[in-house]
Amino acid sequence: MLDIRNLHASVDGKPILRGLDLHVGTGEVHAIMGPNGSGKSTLAQVLAGRDSFTVEDGSVSWDGVDLLAMPTEERARAGLFLAFQYPVEIPGVSNAYFLKAAVNAVRRHRGEPEYDAMDFLKRVKAEMKAVGMREEFLYRSVNEGFSGGEKKRNEVLQMALLEPRLAILDETDSGLDIDALRTVADGVNRLRSPERSMIVITHYQRLLDYIVPDHVHVLSRGRIVRSGGRELAHELEERGYGWIDEAQATPAAQGAAS
Amino acid sequence: MNAPTKPIEAFLEREYPAGFVTALEADALPKGLSEEVIRRISEKKGEPEWLLQWRLEAYRRWLTMTPPGWAQVSFPPIDYQDIVYYSAPKRKADAPKSLDEVDPELLRTYEKLGVPLHERARLAGVAVDAVFDSVSVATTFKKQLGEHGIVFCSFSEAVKERPELVRQYLGTVVPQGDNFYAALNSAVFSDGSFVYIPKGVRCPMELSTYFRINARDTGQFERTLIIADEGATVSYLEGCTAPMRDENQLHAAVVELVALEGASIKYSTVQNWYPGDKDGKGGIYNFVTKRGDCRGARSHISWTQVETGSAITWKYPSVLLRGDDSVGEFYSVALTNHRQQADTGSKMIHMGRNTKSTIISKGISAGRGSNTFRGLVRVTPKAAGARNYTQCDSLLIGERCAAHTFPTIEVRHPSARVEHEATTSRIGEDQLFYAMQRGLTAEDAVSMIVSGFCKEVFKELPMEFAVEAQKLLGVSLEGSVG
Repeated sequence: MLDIRNLHASVDGKPILRGLDLHVGTGEVHAIMGPNGSGKSTLAQVLAGRDSFTVEDGSVSWDGVDLLAMPTEERARAGLFLAFQYPVEIPGVSNAYFLKAAVNAVRRHRGEPEYDAMDFLKRVKAEMKAVGMREEFLYRSVNEGFSGGEKKRNEVLQMALLEPRLAILDETDSGLDIDALRTVADGVNRLRSPERSMIVITHYQRLLDYIVPDHVHVLSRGRIVRSGGRELAHELEERGYGWIDEAQATPAAQGAAS
Repeated sequence: MNAPTKPIEAFLEREYPAGFVTALEADALPKGLSEEVIRRISEKKGEPEWLLQWRLEAYRRWLTMTPPGWAQVSFPPIDYQDIVYYSAPKRKADAPKSLDEVDPELLRTYEKLGVPLHERARLAGVAVDAVFDSVSVATTFKKQLGEHGIVFCSFSEAVKERPELVRQYLGTVVPQGDNFYAALNSAVFSDGSFVYIPKGVRCPMELSTYFRINARDTGQFERTLIIADEGATVSYLEGCTAPMRDENQLHAAVVELVALEGASIKYSTVQNWYPGDKDGKGGIYNFVTKRGDCRGARSHISWTQVETGSAITWKYPSVLLRGDDSVGEFYSVALTNHRQQADTGSKMIHMGRNTKSTIISKGISAGRGSNTFRGLVRVTPKAAGARNYTQCDSLLIGERCAAHTFPTIEVRHPSARVEHEATTSRIGEDQLFYAMQRGLTAEDAVSMIVSGFCKEVFKELPMEFAVEAQKLLGVSLEGSVG
């Protein structure tokens, strides 16, 4: 369903993604691992449509549609969801208001009736219970003063409410203690379904003990350099990222020289 | 990451929707100001001698005064001889006696502006007085209000029908020589609204005035006087628009409020005068003096303003807290975009014992707009137990706007408690991206953030105005959930 070919992207003229290829089938969970600076977050943001990144080359087809031609909010309404590594605080806007506006924007797009306040509250309260969030978080400003774990739960809550077709989780494990990690992972696992694809971006294989991927890819210097099954994550855990970089060093140097 | 984002810019570039001109014949005096012009204004309005003398006294004071230079605004000097001081839509014979006699073109204008004059007025339950250029053209609901002994009419009518009230209260809150623009207004004011609520009467509906500057080169100098007698209560709303013109137009109004013992006045403004184009060409100079006098014990005056228009705004709705246990409030949202400048705030002067005041100011600066909050809280030596709370927040949109805060606090009684809080924040590209990734448009996202920022002020507005204010800021209703 998602087909990324030869994707090149840069920020402020600096190339980050350099010919990335990735195919994600419907209902599959793909993990993308890689050292810091390899382009993991850039990939997430480019797919979501952040305009501070420039796509230099390549294509992204999503169910046959040119994803890169769609405005950011259209991608979201069509079912692309990004769980942020650093969820953004919006002071003065209540979480309830924000969530309702987002859910209704997506429902409108799908031709479903918008939720009124009562229906919405019923739905959101049920979902909050499932991710272990107290009701008071509905009435606080979006992410303002939330702890790291609370912010990540809020992301999973939004994902549950928006029911995306493609969910990208950008280092959802960062900054979480083991209990919070487990709750968040449970929330994500609940949302696994044959209609929903996921891209799980992580630096550590720890998260993949809880969210078990169908495929694992290693990203280095803006390209997927290794792909494999679940065992690849364990290999990385044991050997670190150094050997990947070493294996890459020769061809990369040649590429730079040409 | 990258400097100002495209979505913010697009949101800020929208056009002024009230900028049309109505084709009407006008009865106007030639440009310029002199004793002769003042005499002719007074004569056209058939005023008594005392009022003419009052105007002339103001004019003579004005001649000795200079415009204030302390505000954080800049504009070329105004040529006061290049302004038309009186312009009225021409009537066939006499003044219209009912709405049916009002020029249909004028009614259509108000319709376009969304002013509920006819049936819409009845539905909305709002009594409207509409001031077009310099004269008041229609006051609805007069009869129903009359049954309660309430006077709600144009200032000119009040001079004819209730001269004793006008004479007793005019200039007692804002004296003729109060400041340069108030003195000018006192000399040349052509119309405005007048409200008197008798003892113990709670006004059964919102009273409302719409002001519109239509004619070219015309200044609008309206004068509003509201008196709430002992134990009376009233809520009054005003809205303002003007056509788009390349020249700057002057609007120098004076509003006086008098609250006697136990009385309560709530005064709300949605000001959307033409702000000029995006390069700062044209627009209204809105130099206004608004002051309320809590003359009696336990009286209450509350100002709420949403200021989105005008090239330059210079106004400081204030409350004199004379009566013991009286309460003054000021809630303000001021938005400046493009090259708009606003220098606004409030003065709370505590004179009675156990007086309380609240100032909540929300300034939003976008484009190259400049937004200044200027506040004065004064506790005089007799004001035992005075309390003030001031909160002053600034929101910046984009990289080229400015926000300033100049609070002044003078306390001369040891029992006073005065609090001041201030914050500054910016709408960031990351906030917009986050909201857009959840399916909202950039415009909705900005509106949502602005609306959240203004929440505390909007909740003070009467319902129908709150809706209008939200629309004005291009926002959807915040807080409909939870």
